[in-house]
Amino acid sequence: MSAPTTDPRGSVAATAVPTRRGTEALLLGFAVLITVVAQSIVDLTVTGSLRPEMAGFSAWITALWVVAHLVVRKWAPYADPLLLPAVALLVGLGLTVIHRLDLATEQVGSSVTREDAPVQLVWATLGVALFVAVLVLVRDHRSLSRYAYTLALVGMALLALPALLPSAISEVNGAKIWIRLAGFSIQPGEFAKICLVVFFAAYLVDKRDVLALASRKVAGLEFPRGRDLGPVLLAWVLSILVLVFERDLGSSLLLFGIFVVMLYVATERSSWLLIGVGLFAVGAFLAYQVFGHVRARVDVWLDPFAYRDGAGYQLVQSLFGLGTGGLFGAGLGGGRPDQVPVAKSDFIASAVGEELGLFGLVAVIVVYLILVERGLRTSLIVRDAFGKLLAAGLAFAVAWQVFVVLGGVTGLLPLTGLTTPFLAYGGSSLVANFVLVALLVRISDAARRPATPHAPPPPRLGDAPTEVVQR
Amino acid sequence: MNAPLRRVAISVLVLFTLLIINVNYIQVVRSDELRKDPGNTRVLAEEYDRERGSIVVAGNEVALSTATKDRLTYLRQYPAGELYAPVTGYYSVIYNSSGIERAENELLAGSDPRLVFRRIADLFTGRDPAGGNVELTLDPAVQQAAMTGLEGVTGAVVALDPSTGAILGLASTPTYDPNQLSSHDPAAIRAYREQLTDDQLTNQAISQRYSPGSIFKVIVSAAALASGKYTPETPVPAPDLLTLPGTSTTMENFDGESCNGGADQPLIDALTISCNTAFAQLGIDLGEDRIRSMSEAFGIDDTGFEMPLRVAPSKLGDIENDAQLGISSIGQQDVQLTPMQAAMIAAAVANDGTLMKPYLVSQVQAPDLTVIDKTDPEKMGQPVTPEVAGQLTKMMTSVVESPNGTGRRARIDGVQVAGKTGTAENSADDHSWFIGFAPADNPKIAVAVFVKNGGRTGGDVSAPIARSVIQAYLDGQGG
Repeated sequence: MSAPTTDPRGSVAATAVPTRRGTEALLLGFAVLITVVAQSIVDLTVTGSLRPEMAGFSAWITALWVVAHLVVRKWAPYADPLLLPAVALLVGLGLTVIHRLDLATEQVGSSVTREDAPVQLVWATLGVALFVAVLVLVRDHRSLSRYAYTLALVGMALLALPALLPSAISEVNGAKIWIRLAGFSIQPGEFAKICLVVFFAAYLVDKRDVLALASRKVAGLEFPRGRDLGPVLLAWVLSILVLVFERDLGSSLLLFGIFVVMLYVATERSSWLLIGVGLFAVGAFLAYQVFGHVRARVDVWLDPFAYRDGAGYQLVQSLFGLGTGGLFGAGLGGGRPDQVPVAKSDFIASAVGEELGLFGLVAVIVVYLILVERGLRTSLIVRDAFGKLLAAGLAFAVAWQVFVVLGGVTGLLPLTGLTTPFLAYGGSSLVANFVLVALLVRISDAARRPATPHAPPPPRLGDAPTEVVQR
Repeated sequence: MNAPLRRVAISVLVLFTLLIINVNYIQVVRSDELRKDPGNTRVLAEEYDRERGSIVVAGNEVALSTATKDRLTYLRQYPAGELYAPVTGYYSVIYNSSGIERAENELLAGSDPRLVFRRIADLFTGRDPAGGNVELTLDPAVQQAAMTGLEGVTGAVVALDPSTGAILGLASTPTYDPNQLSSHDPAAIRAYREQLTDDQLTNQAISQRYSPGSIFKVIVSAAALASGKYTPETPVPAPDLLTLPGTSTTMENFDGESCNGGADQPLIDALTISCNTAFAQLGIDLGEDRIRSMSEAFGIDDTGFEMPLRVAPSKLGDIENDAQLGISSIGQQDVQLTPMQAAMIAAAVANDGTLMKPYLVSQVQAPDLTVIDKTDPEKMGQPVTPEVAGQLTKMMTSVVESPNGTGRRARIDGVQVAGKTGTAENSADDHSWFIGFAPADNPKIAVAVFVKNGGRTGGDVSAPIARSVIQAYLDGQGG
């Protein structure tokens, strides 16, 4: 008798589909290296010597990604190898720029010298912990669809909470999107975003056949039945409510955009996009007419230099930073990114552009692009409809948020209150986005994992042919 | 669902491409514009890290950088406060810079190409790079006398060395304290800046132009003498009332006085008492061409120049008919001069008819005080011959030294002063002018004094200021 073997199919499949974990480890190594080198450059340029905490920081950041990598290796071995390194690079760069801005405020001799980078590192650690928790607890992303309506409720509650709380707790700079308790401030909207994307995915998988029904054709496009407009109208109203009660242009735009795109992907009907754009136009027009803060944002966007000493100050300073940075940037520690108010959170991209130049900023945009396109690729190859929609929604959420934020900071779009995922200072955003990427990693593992006899029931027949062609 | 997914993926690519294009537009196409925007304090902040060169007058630093402990390493200080503000300007974190601070910024900041070899050397020797020094032509006594003379009024004094064009004094009032605009406290700077008036921030000597009134008669006299048809003794018509050609408008003399009982009078006398009707008629007789070409020869050609501060263009204006020519000939109508231009008229006459280009920077030095560039006097033109210049000098001396001259109050014991007064009508109180030079036989200094809305005549208001300025300079020269 030969020695007992494990399931032969498993080993065959494993050789047929490489896990690419080595690639991931190598890329993570690069990300850590870049982070540590960048931090050292900041210290050397600004203070002339390495800070004593540097060794501890390097060890800590290395440990974070080693843990994340090992967990992926164990619980999601077939995961896409680019997702985690892209996140690691963005988080590392974000920590570097935040540390650099910490030093800048100390230079000025400002009385409120706050070390934000260590706080951000704690948040990153918490983020990795949640990343691990998601991968360990959610073994199959499809199980999430069971909690769709619970998550919808949680998402709505999180979204509505700041609006219901007194302004003293929930309002910062005019936007009522915070919960500030005992020294901590969190933006529940960031978590609501993920809950709602999960819900949208589950809901649309259920209802997509109905929503795809066409009633009439206008100019070659098949439009849905009037009664099926309900969900999109609801999402629209929800977004408007966010805008009215929380004065948060960013979240409003984000939620509606994600929903419309997921609706389009689920139904394959371009008419939904048109309806979405139409509703957006109506909403935008109403918002411009009714809300002073929306009007102010738009006015500043159209001509920031006309408001350079007032409402446009921040944007103009950001443009100055970007312009001064030019092609190659002032070098880490060489610019004055602290001239831009709230450079650490909303305007961190302008700090990157000023000190790392056009090349640095474009590199960051490309890293985001890689992250998003790998997410969308996951969505393309995963076999189940729910996974497809969920991955598409999550990846598009990142893309849409990056586009809206960077567009705002560079004057392409009106400013919104959103933060740059992974890069910007802010605990809720960082932690929530770690959960988001954990879900993407989980789905990508399912997408690339070779089919086994124990595999769950095959995906919907409707998708199967496409998959065959795809391979 | 894969078809729409691919479209979404492509859309994301398009969106990100838009971002990248926009970033390229800002960081490449608009980079220079954004970098140089006055509101962008980044480049300025970088300059503050380097020890900025000094602005020096007669061996004393009138603007210098001193090291501080705050973030903008060097603080700009002006030990003489308001005295040199019209020349040095300020160097502000918020409001950029002005005056020499702005015009010679590259050298002061150390980025001037003339300093490039030194900066390469600095790299190797480890010496902190520093800016070069700018030495000015100003004479402290002249500047002090000019600013003192202008105390309490809005006005300007320009004093030139007629033989070289070196600017000995450049005063403008009301002035301000450049220290307050150059501090490192943005709130204090803003507060100070906000209470400054436009007059305080305008250099009256070079940036503003005004009707010259009767000082323009020197140009008309020059045109007459240069025509060869006139000498200082040639009698010219000097009616009590002159009806302007083609109109029913009449011109009278200052305060309705009579020049010579209505009879003709020698040209020199007409200038001495500043007879309006005589010069209006003279201008008409000479014709626009002669007046215009003589104006242009003296620099009144609507172009302006840099010395290195920008001097606004002075102009004769359009002259459509003889009536306007008559009025222009007494320095009214559209004739507009900067005080600098007025001083250049006196200086050209003083320098045997040769106009030297005014300049403010005598030399620039590297941080170690070695001279890297020196300004050589430069001829700007030759409006009149030495002979005509001699005749003009005689006539202008008469303006000051004659018992009935309008410039009597510019007289100095033991020194012959040549000059011409001007009282220019405008919508408010008259402007008071005086231009002149001394000593008349060997001119050392030429001046123009302008008092905006001085109310009284140039002889009353401006001549005494010119006198004290000239006196201050000649005392310093040991004579």
